Amino acid sequence: MSQIKEPLTPTPAAEFESAVSARNISKNYGEVQALQNMSLEFPRGQLTSLLGPSGCGKTTLLKIIAGLLEPTSGEVEVNGKRVTGPGPDRAFVFQDFALLPWATVLRNVAFGLEMRGVAASEREARAEKYIKEVGLAGFENSYPHELSGGMRQRVGLARALAVDAQVLLMDEPFSAVDEQTRRKFQEDLLQLVQNENKTFIFVTHSIEEAVYVSDQIAILLPRPSRVSEIIRPSSFRNKGVDNIRRDPEYLDIVDEIWASLRTYVE
Amino acid sequence: MPNRALLLKLLSAVILFGAWEIAGRVPVSFAFPTFLESMSALLSMTLDGTIFDAYAETLKPLAIGVAISAVLGIAIGLWVGLSKTFDWLFSPIFIVMQAAPLAALIPLLVLAYGIGLTSKVLVVCIMAMPVIVLNTSGAVRNTPESFKEMGRSFLASETSIILRIIIPAASPVIFAGLRLGISAGFIGAILSELKITPTGVGDIITYSRSIADYPSMYAAIFSIILLAVLFLNLLEKIEVTLFKGNQRGYVSD
Repeated sequence: MSQIKEPLTPTPAAEFESAVSARNISKNYGEVQALQNMSLEFPRGQLTSLLGPSGCGKTTLLKIIAGLLEPTSGEVEVNGKRVTGPGPDRAFVFQDFALLPWATVLRNVAFGLEMRGVAASEREARAEKYIKEVGLAGFENSYPHELSGGMRQRVGLARALAVDAQVLLMDEPFSAVDEQTRRKFQEDLLQLVQNENKTFIFVTHSIEEAVYVSDQIAILLPRPSRVSEIIRPSSFRNKGVDNIRRDPEYLDIVDEIWASLRTYVE
Repeated sequence: MPNRALLLKLLSAVILFGAWEIAGRVPVSFAFPTFLESMSALLSMTLDGTIFDAYAETLKPLAIGVAISAVLGIAIGLWVGLSKTFDWLFSPIFIVMQAAPLAALIPLLVLAYGIGLTSKVLVVCIMAMPVIVLNTSGAVRNTPESFKEMGRSFLASETSIILRIIIPAASPVIFAGLRLGISAGFIGAILSELKITPTGVGDIITYSRSIADYPSMYAAIFSIILLAVLFLNLLEKIEVTLFKGNQRGYVSD
């Protein structure tokens, strides 16, 4: 069903090892078929974007990988283990941040550790470390409503990092923050992928964002939902964050993706 | 600016009591005393201890009824909010209870439970519980889906999701229900003393009216309102200490 086409930089599939595999996933909501027989491999230590127009099922696929949704058929494996629900090997970053408004930044970041039964002193130490890492030192005792949108998503990111899961699932994490903040986030994300040895799965509807941050881009198309293309940009990743947007390959990929998506945009 | 808030509160009290004083002096009705007359009646009742004896009587059904309504109301509300089956089973009862003309039902209660404490507690509960149950269940049902997903994805157990996410998220509306329910409970307590047997504050109201001692009657009514206001303020303080971040509402841009 899915025709895998790697037009610019063909990479042999055996070069990477999969951290997450989705096999023949279908998901129906009553009569509506959200995903149909979708298979996709997510290489370890890399960032894979799920990109597509609205209604292509990218968030549904992400939530199935997270174990928040049950697929109608098919299965997801994380590190060779079949997913039956949420697990300690995955952490989620939410589009609307999903911060608890009655809890301080510190308690929000420590939430995952608290639920894992980590003792208070240790989880606070670990939460503080990640709050510093995302650049929010000094805001430990602030409440979410006292922070800007961008800072709130940093809290969401710190919460996901604090549980030290191997796979980070990000559902349009930057769509609710302003453009400047988003660019900074994208640069920081590249750093994060490089420094942390984690597998990132990133849902976005922004073509530029996907090309900018991804090691691998899966283009999803709707009706029926399928993976239409997998693109692996290769030449500009090591040229430095400032040069990516000027790179000819970057521009070509953006154009190419737009050409294949434009017919699906009403 | 807490000072400004306090000033505004005082100002609105002065306006209200001033209007009462003027209305009493006009007079609107010969059965309507002035504010100062009522306050001096309240003072003399406080000094001779009548008011304390009355409240010792009135607070019994009130405290028991409000406590039952709060605990049971929130528990049933949680249950109804979490389970569709219980929603079908219980919601209609409380909607009917809320709409029922209570004064007309009191004779039935007396027939079934006599004229003692039980009937009075029931009146307080019927007044207080529906709004607590309905607010709690509505708030629980409206917990943002992403909060629950967040809890699940970070491995919270079902119990943790209820205790650590759903209840705090619902708390502003639960507290709003408690405030409404408890003020209705105060009304219920006085209603039961007027309609079932005249005891406590209800007795002061009934008796003073029968001997045309209107200042005492209004003093008793004033005292129960004052008590309700003080209690609701206390409740607000509890809410603020328990759920500090909720004070500015939900996270939004």
